[in-house]
Amino acid sequence: MNTAKVKFPSLQNKIKPEDFTPLAEGYFDEENLDTEEIGYWKASWQRLKKNKIAMTALVLIVILILFAFIGPLLSPYTYDQQIRGDEALWPCLKHPFGTDRLGRDILVRCMVGSRISIIVGLVSAVIVMIVGSIYGAISGLVGGKTDIIMMRIVDIIYSVPEILLIVVIKMVISEPLDNLIQTVPAFHGLQKIGSGLIAIFIVYGLLYWVGMARIVRGQILQLKNLEFVTASEALGCSRSRLIREHLLPNCIGQLIATVMLQIPSAIFTEAFLSYLGIGVSAPMASLGSLTSEALNGIASYPYRVIFPAALISLIILSFNLFGDGLRDALDPKMKK
Amino acid sequence: METNTNRDQQDILLEVKNLKKYFPIRTGFVKKTDLKAVDDVSFFIRKGETLGIVGESGCGKTTLGRTILRLEEPTSGDIRYDGETIIGKDMKPYRNHMQIVFQDPYASLDPRKTVSDIIGEAMDIQKLYASKAERREKILNLMNLVGLNREFYNRFPHEFSGGQRQRIGIARALAVDPGFIVCDEPVSALDVSIQAQIINMLEELQETRQLTYLFIAHDLAIVKHISNRIGVMYLGHMVELTTSAELYKNPLHPYTQMLLSAIPIADPDRSESRERIRLEGEIPSPLNPPSGCPFRTRCPRGAQCCAEQMPELKEVEQGHYVACHVL
Amino acid sequence: MHTSRYIVKRIILAAVSLFAIITLTFFLMNLMPGDPFMSEKATEENRAILIAKYGLDQPVYVQYGKYLINLFQGDMGTSYVLQKGRAVKDIIFESFAVSMQLGLKALVVALICGIVLGCISGLCKDKLPDNIIRVFSSLGISMPGYVVASGLMIVLAVNLGILPVTYNKPGGEIMPIITLALYPTSYLTRLTRASILEVMNQDYLRTERAKGMSEFVVVFIHALKNSLIPVITYLGPLTASILTGGFVAESVFNVPGLGRYFVTSISSRDYTMIMGVTIFYSALIVVMNLVCDILYKVVDPRITLD
Repeated sequence: MNTAKVKFPSLQNKIKPEDFTPLAEGYFDEENLDTEEIGYWKASWQRLKKNKIAMTALVLIVILILFAFIGPLLSPYTYDQQIRGDEALWPCLKHPFGTDRLGRDILVRCMVGSRISIIVGLVSAVIVMIVGSIYGAISGLVGGKTDIIMMRIVDIIYSVPEILLIVVIKMVISEPLDNLIQTVPAFHGLQKIGSGLIAIFIVYGLLYWVGMARIVRGQILQLKNLEFVTASEALGCSRSRLIREHLLPNCIGQLIATVMLQIPSAIFTEAFLSYLGIGVSAPMASLGSLTSEALNGIASYPYRVIFPAALISLIILSFNLFGDGLRDALDPKMKK
Repeated sequence: METNTNRDQQDILLEVKNLKKYFPIRTGFVKKTDLKAVDDVSFFIRKGETLGIVGESGCGKTTLGRTILRLEEPTSGDIRYDGETIIGKDMKPYRNHMQIVFQDPYASLDPRKTVSDIIGEAMDIQKLYASKAERREKILNLMNLVGLNREFYNRFPHEFSGGQRQRIGIARALAVDPGFIVCDEPVSALDVSIQAQIINMLEELQETRQLTYLFIAHDLAIVKHISNRIGVMYLGHMVELTTSAELYKNPLHPYTQMLLSAIPIADPDRSESRERIRLEGEIPSPLNPPSGCPFRTRCPRGAQCCAEQMPELKEVEQGHYVACHVL
Repeated sequence: MHTSRYIVKRIILAAVSLFAIITLTFFLMNLMPGDPFMSEKATEENRAILIAKYGLDQPVYVQYGKYLINLFQGDMGTSYVLQKGRAVKDIIFESFAVSMQLGLKALVVALICGIVLGCISGLCKDKLPDNIIRVFSSLGISMPGYVVASGLMIVLAVNLGILPVTYNKPGGEIMPIITLALYPTSYLTRLTRASILEVMNQDYLRTERAKGMSEFVVVFIHALKNSLIPVITYLGPLTASILTGGFVAESVFNVPGLGRYFVTSISSRDYTMIMGVTIFYSALIVVMNLVCDILYKVVDPRITLD
């Protein structure tokens, strides 16, 4: 019945003799075949696919990930390799992004820098999601006094300027961490990451999850009052089953969308710190440190600034746009 | 309450004695006031009977239904199911006997679950099947019982109309084969034409499965149709309780009389000749109820003692209980 | 919740936050290895004298108590390293005056541009102006401050040469202000747009139209008023973002502001400076958030602390 499209040319029904012929055998059976259910994820994916901007951003993200993780393997140079005779070259065939003062290939350094940015974004997002959702879920589920106290703590943390704290924590941990890396062999791997990045992760684990915790708690409180939760309780549903089967699946969409939008914010912070010189430690490069290194010679070698600066903006932009699209697709209620 | 005289102890399925449910509400900086949602309510329900509960919104009837199932922990009082108290006990075994159908067919079904998982949840929790095939068979039987097509097995709630959703909700309640069901305004969110279908189905199910209902509604006509006896609630109190025929023929509490006179009559002649008692004023805030009789602020009778003393629910005729000083 | 009760609660919360921040910063500073005089070319003896002079040899809780008492009297101690012997308070106030001047200008620019662009975008939904504004605001929230700063530097100062590279020449304020204002402008644009779109669908606006109100009155009197409410809550974080953004803008353009001092005090381990600046910034942000929340509550009484 497609009445919406019919423009009612006349008020009289046009009845044709065919309308009275019996339906073919099995007409309804065929109709039943069409009742294949569309799940939540499938429906969300279909909504997402219709969003051209989000899909473009997704493609960009995939390309950027390939660039950052596969790229360095394909390059003939490594990020810390100083090529004699190739110092301070403008972009050319041999070095598409040019080289720096020490003859290091900027393309491969940008790839490694992008890798750092993407890793920072993803790891921080995971930390934020785990800490924030556990905290928020406990606060929302237990309720009462516990909830009030937990939320006041969140309020306090919320007003701490996190950038300042990252700087302070980085300074506090950098020396003990270096000692740890040198004395305990198991921590050698951490050396490459550097104390700056670890400080970022620590601060994300300590502070940045509060936004997430608020969202999760809000969702849980909203869901908790819905009748289907009461219905499950009336069926004798245990608390753990309630969380697993009903609460979590119902707020997972919002969770994912929030986490996706957390990624660009973490990348932002890392770039900022690296720019200030307290992010990754040399010779490891991040897009922030590359830009800040190049800034001194900005008048003569603008390309050294332009490539990493453009890359980081592109990474953040794609995650932002994809996150926006994902939020709309996963939670159609919010789109109204 | 001296009610033992006229009832057979054997027949009673559910008995509620002096049930109270207070919610502490902050009203000032540190001051807390109790919101008396259910205040000293007592009644019993016989096996196979339907007890209707009516009252304006906010009178505590929904809280009463939920407290009886201990979805809200009662503040005080006793609830006895089949002769045994359920207060302070692990409710899980009782969840097999006492179930609930909700008012809002949209909010009461988990939007992420298929129909089969919604209906089957109770069986999963209570482990009521031996094999997957048995589970499926049981679910399909239940769907058939409430008039849902087999094809809906794997569908999601959002694909259904309100009436169909309510059928799913009823099937879910029936999954554990309960003896007692609280119907919390099960039709008030539905279209009038659908209401009749659901009511008829509930009645059929009651007959075939020997169910006992506590039927909560604000629509007197529906309650009269389905109930054997009716209780009228006002501000957390039970003000009148009797058989539905008696309630209509001979309402004794002024509040009941007002409610009944507000029902529209389809016959214009009778409608015009009828004397209407208008319900004046607003229902008072349950946080700050009037002293003495809760209804006195809107009551046309009004006597001296009303402000001082809370009237008790007394049996004035056989099986007819009223809480009013002025009869 | 009554407005007065809300305000009292909110103020207590702000005080507790501030106290927590002070305590946290203090103990973090104490965890820091080494002391500020390690790098000095001083004998062990001299170092010991310096440490004793600044009370660094006393137990931590004594130092903490002293610090708190001094802080309440408005004394943040003296700088050990950076400007030896000068009161931290003076350094902060002097450099903050510079930062605040820039920051306020950027704030005004961001507020005006953000709200105007957001309104245009929201009212012309899916038309050309909206699309253009959306592209630019998406870009704006995706560019870290230093990218903006270096981009401006390359284009305006180096290639075109129309603006001076350093801050103290005429016109030198323009680039730092753009750097500071770009992110908040873009964010505000998006916020205002979303808010306008939400408000425009509300029934009460339909009622206004049905009453025969002109579209101008509907939009500018009724819609705008309500759609600006969320903007108020953003004012707190906005200030924070302009302040922290100041770190970059000030160091790129050589502005003698507080942000630059903070960066240099870190590298020179100037404990009292770092602590002073952290606490000062935090207090500023806490107070800004407090003011915004109270404003918000006054404008929209539905808000509660939860």
